[in-house]
Amino acid sequence: MSGFLDLLGLPFMQRALIAALFTGLAAPAVGTYLVQRRLALMGDGIGHVAVTGVAIGLLTGASPTWTAVAVAALGAILIEVIRERGHANGDVALALLFYGGLAGGVLITGLAGQSGARLQQYLFGSITTISVGDVVVTMALAAIVVLVCVGTAPQLFAVAQDQEFARVAGLNIRVYNLLVAVLAAVSVTVAMRTVGLLLVSALMVVPVATAQQVSRSFRTTLAAAMLLGTLASVGGLLLSAYASFHARVAPGPTIVLLALAGFVVAWPLGAWLRSRRRLREPFPVVEPVVHDTIDDHPHEHGEDCGHVGVPHGDHVDYVHDGHRHAAHGRHYDEH
Amino acid sequence: MPDVVRLREGAVAIAGRPILRHIDLTVRAGEFVALMGANGSGKSTLVRALTGLHPLAGGSLELFGTPLEHFHDWRRIGFVPQRGGAASGVPASVWEVVASGRLTHRRLLRPLSRADRRAIAEALEVVGLAGRARDGVSTLSGGQQQRVLIARALAGEPELFFLDEPTAGVDLPNQQVLADTLAVLSDRGATIVLVAHELGPMAPLIDRAVVMRDGRIAYDGPPLASDQVATAHLDHHDHGHHHSEPERHDHAPHIASPIEGGTG
Repeated sequence: MSGFLDLLGLPFMQRALIAALFTGLAAPAVGTYLVQRRLALMGDGIGHVAVTGVAIGLLTGASPTWTAVAVAALGAILIEVIRERGHANGDVALALLFYGGLAGGVLITGLAGQSGARLQQYLFGSITTISVGDVVVTMALAAIVVLVCVGTAPQLFAVAQDQEFARVAGLNIRVYNLLVAVLAAVSVTVAMRTVGLLLVSALMVVPVATAQQVSRSFRTTLAAAMLLGTLASVGGLLLSAYASFHARVAPGPTIVLLALAGFVVAWPLGAWLRSRRRLREPFPVVEPVVHDTIDDHPHEHGEDCGHVGVPHGDHVDYVHDGHRHAAHGRHYDEH
Repeated sequence: MPDVVRLREGAVAIAGRPILRHIDLTVRAGEFVALMGANGSGKSTLVRALTGLHPLAGGSLELFGTPLEHFHDWRRIGFVPQRGGAASGVPASVWEVVASGRLTHRRLLRPLSRADRRAIAEALEVVGLAGRARDGVSTLSGGQQQRVLIARALAGEPELFFLDEPTAGVDLPNQQVLADTLAVLSDRGATIVLVAHELGPMAPLIDRAVVMRDGRIAYDGPPLASDQVATAHLDHHDHGHHHSEPERHDHAPHIASPIEGGTG
């Protein structure tokens, strides 16, 4: 245990923790808007395109982070333009872009004379080798992403919810759509060092999927997703650091698997809440067809009789073996 | 009375195909106009052109006396699109959807003001959904979702409403609630342009009916009974139509279009 605490005190580990914290906050913030537009896989697409950006950085000697930001942003804008044009086979066009990005990245890395291991740092993350400069860039970019996502939430929500309404409300929807695309590209590059480009989408989407199991509103989904993302990325990093005394455990996959574990726990809860809500949905109030009474009822319906009470106009119907029992004077009516 | 909407020789083309031609439509302040016609007659396209969602291929459009290209006073307009926009990939509460109707009044990065909150609460009250404000939109019935979309437009306190088929697929009790809501708005002096296939309980509210047929205005005048609407846009050569109503041409002026192949 003391070995673990010593490990946490090491500078590289503290840098990793800061990076994980900021990444965990920023990625689900953008991810919420992507999921809202039903573009959950867009982060994945941008991640693939960013591989080419990293490779260009390796080839030219420029910082891979900045070339990845630039290429990912261009790719995101291209995806958005293709989407806006509304081609019937838009998803095929996106797929072409994804594979082009990945293949281009591997090819250019080879041209640069770099090994696959160098590229792998970016594909699957290498949070523990992050430098001070990288941490500062990560913090700054993540802070911008979070501020924009939360600050312009009313506008981004309206545009993602109903583009036509937003346009008639005078919003420039193209600007907001491109803003989300660029924010997604930035958070992909931010998360690149933490979980890697191939797993980046998980951190953007899985916390949102987990949050919406139990939430009913957009704001709680956004807040809960950011919280869950932070818990997963910091928790996953700590978990992998703790396990590293016994086995070789990579932080990136640990973070993603921890986020998925959160979903596995939340899903049954969400399913139960949804079925409960459906069962208790009030019955519609219409004129009764007949007045059916039940002569002998074995027990009194109430709070704790074990039968589901469903509001029905001004009274409660108890669901009993497929029947609806409503109290009427001293007997029960069949409703 | 000032003209709220003035469209002259309006034309809309989608992907190069002329859809609307020679549309002259003027709506005066306070009027309740029903845009009617069969599926594909162009009534929804016309409303989308009037709100600026479809660019005009020709003609001129003025809203509140301002040409559309210079019109920026969007808070005066409330748009209720066809249902389907209410649910999305992430849950949203009824209150949140209605609150987005206040965007025409809010500046960037400013929190909701007290006036915003009051307008949202009042809009929910008018459509009778104040008790469901915290519920997820997707848990509501189709008719209730439609009422949420109306409340969203209402929250912006506009003077001119465009509603695109608000009663499509809505059961009769909910249609009645919609009609009552529109009656309240109309009494307050709002101008309403409503696209409808069938008027149902809204029929007594209509001041004027405009019937579309094949992308042109076939009738513009006092309200029609629903069977008359059917005849107002019925083809003489009635191939490909599946109206169950009997053909009658004695009540409404029937304009036989000389246009063939959309070359007009």
